[in-house]
Amino acid sequence: MNEKFQSTQLAVIGGGPGGYPAAFLAADLGLQVTLIDPEPNPGGVCLFRGCIPSKALLHVAKVITEAHHAAHWGVEFSEPTIDLDRLREWKESVVKKLTGGLGQLSKQRKVSYIQGRASLINRQTLKIQNQKTEEFLRFDHAILATGSRPATIPNLSLKSPHILDSTSALDLPDIPKNMLVVGGGYIGLELGIVYAALGTKVSVVEMTSSLMPGVDRDLVSILSKRLEKVFDSIMLDTKVVGMKEEKKGIRVTFEGGGIKEQVFEKVLVSVGRNPNSNNIGLENTKIEIDLQGFIKVDAQRRTTEQMIFAIGDVAGEPMLAHKATHEGRVAAEVIVGRNVTFEPRAIPAVVFTDPEIAWCGLTETQASQEKRPVKIARFPWGASGRATTLDRTDGVTKLIIDPDTERILGVGIVGTCAGELISEVVLAIEMGAVASDLKLCIHPHPTLSETIMESAEAFFGHSTHIYRPRKG
Amino acid sequence: MTTEFRLPELGENIESGDVVKILVSVGETVIKDQPVMEIETEKANIEVPSPVNGAVKEIHVKEGEKVKIGQLLLTIDEGAEVEEKKEGVRKQENVEVRREEEKEERKKEKKVEKKEVKAEVHRQEKVKAREEEKVEVRMEAKEEKEKYKVIPKEEGEVVEFSRPAKVASESKPSPELAPAAPSVRRLARELGVDINRVPGSGPGGRVSEEDVKDYARRLLNEAGSVRPAGHTEIAPLPDFTRWGEVERKPMTNVRRKIAEHLSISWTAPHVTQHDKADITDLEKLRKQIGKKAEAIGGKLTVTAIILRVVASALKVFPQFNTSVDMANNEIIYKKYYHIGVAVDTDRGLLVPVIRDVDKKNIFELSVELSHLSEKARNKKLTLEEMQGGTFTITNLGGIGGTYFTPILNYPEVAILGISRSSNEPIFNNRQFEPRLILPLSLSYDHRVIDGADAIRFLRWIVEALEQPFQLILEG
Repeated sequence: MNEKFQSTQLAVIGGGPGGYPAAFLAADLGLQVTLIDPEPNPGGVCLFRGCIPSKALLHVAKVITEAHHAAHWGVEFSEPTIDLDRLREWKESVVKKLTGGLGQLSKQRKVSYIQGRASLINRQTLKIQNQKTEEFLRFDHAILATGSRPATIPNLSLKSPHILDSTSALDLPDIPKNMLVVGGGYIGLELGIVYAALGTKVSVVEMTSSLMPGVDRDLVSILSKRLEKVFDSIMLDTKVVGMKEEKKGIRVTFEGGGIKEQVFEKVLVSVGRNPNSNNIGLENTKIEIDLQGFIKVDAQRRTTEQMIFAIGDVAGEPMLAHKATHEGRVAAEVIVGRNVTFEPRAIPAVVFTDPEIAWCGLTETQASQEKRPVKIARFPWGASGRATTLDRTDGVTKLIIDPDTERILGVGIVGTCAGELISEVVLAIEMGAVASDLKLCIHPHPTLSETIMESAEAFFGHSTHIYRPRKG
Repeated sequence: MTTEFRLPELGENIESGDVVKILVSVGETVIKDQPVMEIETEKANIEVPSPVNGAVKEIHVKEGEKVKIGQLLLTIDEGAEVEEKKEGVRKQENVEVRREEEKEERKKEKKVEKKEVKAEVHRQEKVKAREEEKVEVRMEAKEEKEKYKVIPKEEGEVVEFSRPAKVASESKPSPELAPAAPSVRRLARELGVDINRVPGSGPGGRVSEEDVKDYARRLLNEAGSVRPAGHTEIAPLPDFTRWGEVERKPMTNVRRKIAEHLSISWTAPHVTQHDKADITDLEKLRKQIGKKAEAIGGKLTVTAIILRVVASALKVFPQFNTSVDMANNEIIYKKYYHIGVAVDTDRGLLVPVIRDVDKKNIFELSVELSHLSEKARNKKLTLEEMQGGTFTITNLGGIGGTYFTPILNYPEVAILGISRSSNEPIFNNRQFEPRLILPLSLSYDHRVIDGADAIRFLRWIVEALEQPFQLILEG
């Protein structure tokens, strides 16, 4: 083994959507930066095994579904034939293009990229290992951006080619006849939709009483209605208590629901993600983690070790790429001496199902848990011209408003393209906008964005496209 | 029940004083801690507070009279009811109310405060002063007293402004986040303003950039007005062109910061103590093992060695590792040993700080020191790397000179200056012998460190340097 000893001003551990933006910004601000990741290029789970490949496949699923749906409008296509190899190739080309681009960008910025696994051996030195070498890197500052990995069901971890997690499901090994998705969260639903569009009979099992636990019920119910048609079955209040490998698949036993037992060709386990805070040498530092394994950080994303920062999934919920990116940029600025903190008023979340659900800021569920008085303004998409032209009136735009100040506190949207609509209200919330501001901004016609303006109008009781008889 | 109130201890070495003013009269009710008398001593004017609640039964001294510690001043009847007291305190507008007293007072004035905020709002043309700062309210309290009676407004408005104890509890951050754009929030941080305290002028209380700047300006003015009386304005400069040609160049940021910082440091009363260390043996050792340090990327300098020695000395003499909090009459002892080393750069003097010096050996320190000095010279130091020091070392030996008087690096309380070592003839009881002598200069804050301790501290360092073998053992 070769041993090398080098030093850097900033070491970023993990090249995902938290790590690489942090490294890039730090380099732009004049620091000498080293970025370490096991992959040949930056990108992390998001680009290699998460957001990007899944969205590529979801786009395909949407096209298949719409082609089907076109029969309603008098346009009929024959059943699609799916060339799985080409589909996989296309998905991989997307990943390659984007991650390759990131590799280029880091070279242009003179970020030194080391492929390998890094762990802390003390509070200022990393050991970096790959197949051939082991090197040591001394740093002035470090940013831990090691991300998260799929969680497994406690006591039910079974190694079998029939059992998939989000990573292996995205590899598209084949199109199974049937598949069970364990966990009704966003990852399971998104991947379930992909496989359903490709022809798999998909069943979903969820422990709690609803899909997408934690998200406002009125938004989820619109999605659920459609998913009931897309999926073979949705089992709520049902727990998986046993999994046994058989020749043709996995025999799954349930508890709580109607069905007791069923064999599935594939089982996709999507029960959340766990932070990667083990195996990175935290025990050799003063860095503390909480009960769930998240690294404890302050408002500047500084760990209990003065010169080490942590960002992204490993530093706490919500585990979202864009939150990691923002944290990474904050940490980089702090390291060059700027007095900034991570203080978002609204972190948008998007579920890329069809229809999509997107929300940011305060949710209705949260407001009622906190017993906080709020006013709700809803605009059903049935009254939207654009939604009607798309034949997609299954949507709602909802504003959560402070009753005293009329400030926008939160927004929830369900409907096609909700993810693209949410950014406007993130800006509104961050800027401290009041309902009048949204009402008074001219929105282009005919677009789905009008639903935001009209829900603000509805708050004052006079939305153009909703008639409400006057009180009294 | 009556209490005999005698003149209490007023401070070190004060035995007596003159009664300047008696603030109460016979029959008047007083509450505990209310000032009852103003006494002038050699050192200061002191307000003597009442030790109990009650009514003044008898006054035993006259204004202008000289009183001794322990002399009977007042007889106070503790049985008397103190209800009407509020009036009593009000009368003494001219008396500087003591801090605790003021809090007491504020509680009583809470009701008034709401109106006061309302008045403020009215004045600023309906600017929603949702969250008024305590200091601010306090400052305007007097002049506002008349005004707020004048403007009654609808009752409905008040609710909004009297929201949860904003005014009362200063320290608790608001759970409600201020409605301000991200850029405005950042600006507030840069200006050192808590965004949650800035009254927003926009709809829904939205805080604009202007609101933040106005607020910061007001805070500054206020801070300016309570500046200690001893602070003198900078004297105007003469017109130098009368005597010849001059050129004006703007100060660089670093130079300006140094100037500001050292002006503050200068205000601490400090003294410099000199001593010299015989480092002949140490120097031999340094040359022998210096190669080892170079092998791992450092340079074993006298400064690196002294860093380690000072860290040990600070542990033995903890008062050298403190800061003074005059506002609270406290001395802050630091349980960490982060030592700054002054580095001469083309931009001016910079002081990178080496953390936890006590936990590192001399080799580690020499590597870190070379590294940080390098960064200082290459403008790569971050702000963070220059903060958090507890003691400073400044070595001018590389340039020359014998002794100098370093200025404290505020808020630290001591700084060690090192000058150039030179061979001096030292008499070893039989003959003169050339020995390598290192001049050391220790400046210290005389408020917390006595002269005797300073020389003990410096002697400790000298002896450590003269016993290099012990140094090796201690690492």
